Amino acid sequence: MANNNVFIALQNNEEARPIIEAIEQDNAEARVEYAPAMVKIDAPGRIVVRRETVEDLIGRDWDPQELHINLISLSGNIDEDDDAFVLHRGD
Amino acid sequence: MAIEIKTASIEPIRHTFSNVARRQGADKPASRYLEAMYDLQPTVNFHYRPLWDPDHELYDTGRTAIDMADWYAFRDPRQFYYGTWTITRSKQQDVAERNYAFVDKRNLLDLVGAGTRERAEAVFVPLRHAEYAANLNNMYICAYGYGTAITQAASFNAVDRLGIAQYLSRIGLMLDGNTCESLDRGKQAWLEAETWQPLRRLTEDLMVTRDWFELFVAQNFALDGLSFPLVYERIDGELQKDAGSTISMLNEFMNEWYGETSRWVDSVLKTAAAESDANKAQIEQWARHWCDRAGEALQPVATEVFGERADEVMAGLREELATRAKKKAGLDIE
Amino acid sequence: MAAKRLNLREKYQKFTRDLAWEPTYQKKSDIFPQTEFEGIHIHDWDKWEDPFRLTVDAYWKYQAEKERKLYSIIDAFSQNNGQLNVTDARYVNALKLFLTGISPLEYAAHRGFAMAGRQFGGVGPQVACQMQSIDELRHCQTQIHTISQYNKYFNGFHDWNHMHQRVWYLSVPKSFFDDAMSAGPFEFVTAISFSFEYVLTNLLFMPFMSGAAYNGDMATVTFGFSAQSDESRHMTLGLEVIKFMLEQDERNVPIVQKWIDKWFWRGYRLLSLVSMMMDYMLPKRVMSWKEAWEMYFEENGGALFEDLSRYGIRMPKYWEVSVKEKEHLSHQLWATFHNFGHAAAFHTWIPEESEMQWLSEKYPDTFDKYYRPRFEFWRQHTKEKGRWYNPTLPMLCQTCQVPMLFTEPDDPTQICYRSSQYNGEQYHFCSDGCKDIFDDEPEKYVQAWLPVHQIYQGNCGGASIPEVLEYYHLVDGQDNKEYLESNDRANWLRWKGMADTEADREVQAVVNE
Repeated sequence: MANNNVFIALQNNEEARPIIEAIEQDNAEARVEYAPAMVKIDAPGRIVVRRETVEDLIGRDWDPQELHINLISLSGNIDEDDDAFVLHRGD
Repeated sequence: MAIEIKTASIEPIRHTFSNVARRQGADKPASRYLEAMYDLQPTVNFHYRPLWDPDHELYDTGRTAIDMADWYAFRDPRQFYYGTWTITRSKQQDVAERNYAFVDKRNLLDLVGAGTRERAEAVFVPLRHAEYAANLNNMYICAYGYGTAITQAASFNAVDRLGIAQYLSRIGLMLDGNTCESLDRGKQAWLEAETWQPLRRLTEDLMVTRDWFELFVAQNFALDGLSFPLVYERIDGELQKDAGSTISMLNEFMNEWYGETSRWVDSVLKTAAAESDANKAQIEQWARHWCDRAGEALQPVATEVFGERADEVMAGLREELATRAKKKAGLDIE
Repeated sequence: MAAKRLNLREKYQKFTRDLAWEPTYQKKSDIFPQTEFEGIHIHDWDKWEDPFRLTVDAYWKYQAEKERKLYSIIDAFSQNNGQLNVTDARYVNALKLFLTGISPLEYAAHRGFAMAGRQFGGVGPQVACQMQSIDELRHCQTQIHTISQYNKYFNGFHDWNHMHQRVWYLSVPKSFFDDAMSAGPFEFVTAISFSFEYVLTNLLFMPFMSGAAYNGDMATVTFGFSAQSDESRHMTLGLEVIKFMLEQDERNVPIVQKWIDKWFWRGYRLLSLVSMMMDYMLPKRVMSWKEAWEMYFEENGGALFEDLSRYGIRMPKYWEVSVKEKEHLSHQLWATFHNFGHAAAFHTWIPEESEMQWLSEKYPDTFDKYYRPRFEFWRQHTKEKGRWYNPTLPMLCQTCQVPMLFTEPDDPTQICYRSSQYNGEQYHFCSDGCKDIFDDEPEKYVQAWLPVHQIYQGNCGGASIPEVLEYYHLVDGQDNKEYLESNDRANWLRWKGMADTEADREVQAVVNE
């Protein structure tokens, strides 16, 4: 069962849609799965949510901390700063 | 017709939970505050004695000298549960945010004289450490207190205090242009300057006070009851002479918060004192003792701003607090 | 003046850990008296990494936004009698188990994290624990407010916290949290933040909330997902605290491993209640317990422990047993509750044929072979001689307090019994995992308030079932027993029947079976 997947789950709603789209744009290996009311995104090793990508999609300022509002769950280590929210395995 | 039948047939079979019904009657719905506050804390059938306090149960009335027949008598006049508390605070935070942005954008602090800025920094910035102690003290009351009525309000208070510590830090950053120098100077003063040592000693003494209700009286009534009026009314008023309302705008949250929180503090004291003469005597003894300590601890801070008038200012504040205790809680702490 | 801008990390550092100081008037060990007795060595609290950097103002802003959204949905739900939109009244029983079993744990977490948030010696973990403390209060309160509407229309909810402190199977969750809270702050956080939240909580919330969505319970979905958004912060705290302890001192490693072993097993036993909820209590099912265990424990848990192996941490002891048990867990639980349904605060029933079919498909190696015959036998028995309830009291495991219902890991026809001697008394366990936990701290676990022992000792109102039910505040004939004979079902059909003839056909189907 060796693997190094990380995942993030978001509510499936209007606010989360551009975030999901940004993740798809910036993470080529991300797999997006739709469950009732929820979207779960898996990727090997790393998922990054970039402020700039989201801002381009919604046309306004976006703080990566806004992610909290629609976040459901995640797995992996977190690194959060002004420009991105990153999930990763290892160091 | 179908609608009428449907409406008629879907009557609730009860109005509220049984524990709430036992307290307020079963014939009416209960408020959200009551349904999510009453009897939340377990009271019986604990499985294991705490390793960190084997003389008591996990939740135990024996951790304070105060005795109550019903610990849910401490209802919060603000009726705060998590939702109403956060929503209230976020509205205040919106206002504070706008005030900070307003002062920042127009460089209003640049219009304040250097002496006044220094004074503001010297008084406000070290207080963030005192607020941190208040945070831990209220978390202590939440952790080891008895009954959700008072413990949940203490947990909100604890987070409020961390918030205030952070607002005070922001004031420092606005004064020093985000260099953090004011914060470093403030900490140095807190650790070493004579002005702050009595207060620092008091906060450290409070952090080892074991009776949680005594801690409530000492922190939330005595120390706050003297320090908030001193800092956010008297000293702020003094600074206004030069700074206009600029600095007051940055303090507005604290001012408003203190007014609101005092209602809760007073109602807790009133309820506990009204319960028995023993409670009343105990609270009065604590209140006198800690008001004396707090008065002494704040005296040098008052002196920084008021010089020789400090005695008079502190005596006035003590008298006002005694009047408040008498009027709002029926306590004699002269 | 041209002010420079502080980045998030610097700002957060100044706004939290820089607030503390090295005390000189009091000893630090008197201010934080609980940081050493567990044997954990911390050399530098400043090495704590804050994964999330929420200042209080941002916390208020985002939490208030979540609360506004949630309460507007709760309001709409009650105004529109949303409880009538669930798939079937049987679904509501899952919520009863939730309110009596899980919501009180949210409260316990609120107080437990307040303790940890006061006791840790560094501001980083203090603040993380304090925020979690009030988040947990939020979860408890939003659950009460959501389920308040169900309480007005269904039985079994009305005295949830009174029941939580007394009813036999609810001592499983209660003793779990009492155990964690009565330990020190490091063990508490390892137990709750890491083992429960990080490793296992996805098994509670993800399938259950998706289950609520499948079953038309939008209010529960909303509080569930809204709570989960806080949960991500909590899970991260769990991982951070483990890494912090492991990095501080290598003497911490065996202690942490022991706690991970213990709390994995404690948490897993607690989740056995969730397994039956998933497989038996949801009229429309999302995934089986077995599938959920594979996805959330074997897969994600596997990746996590691989990540931790560089610190010398291995998979929790007996995880292989959990993998073997996944084929059996939910069936054994539901069968037991079916038989003791007269003493439970929710209704029980025999799965309908279509549901048995689903179970056969999800559990091809075990359901038809071991469990279907039992349910068919009971169905037949009910038809011929009436519903049967077990009149005796079950023996409980001294550690997890679940009745002794689990079978040997390699023989599903043998009940698993283990025992230990302590001070001349014999104590009984459901598994090697529970026996190990007892053997490591027997002086703690002999104190357990075991509901069945308490009944026999006369501490629960009397020795007869009616007396005990009264002590539980469990109204006989309303809160308990068979779903088909319940007021809940009768009311449901009445409410739905007038608006929806579909329900009538369902009744016919059941009655004429």
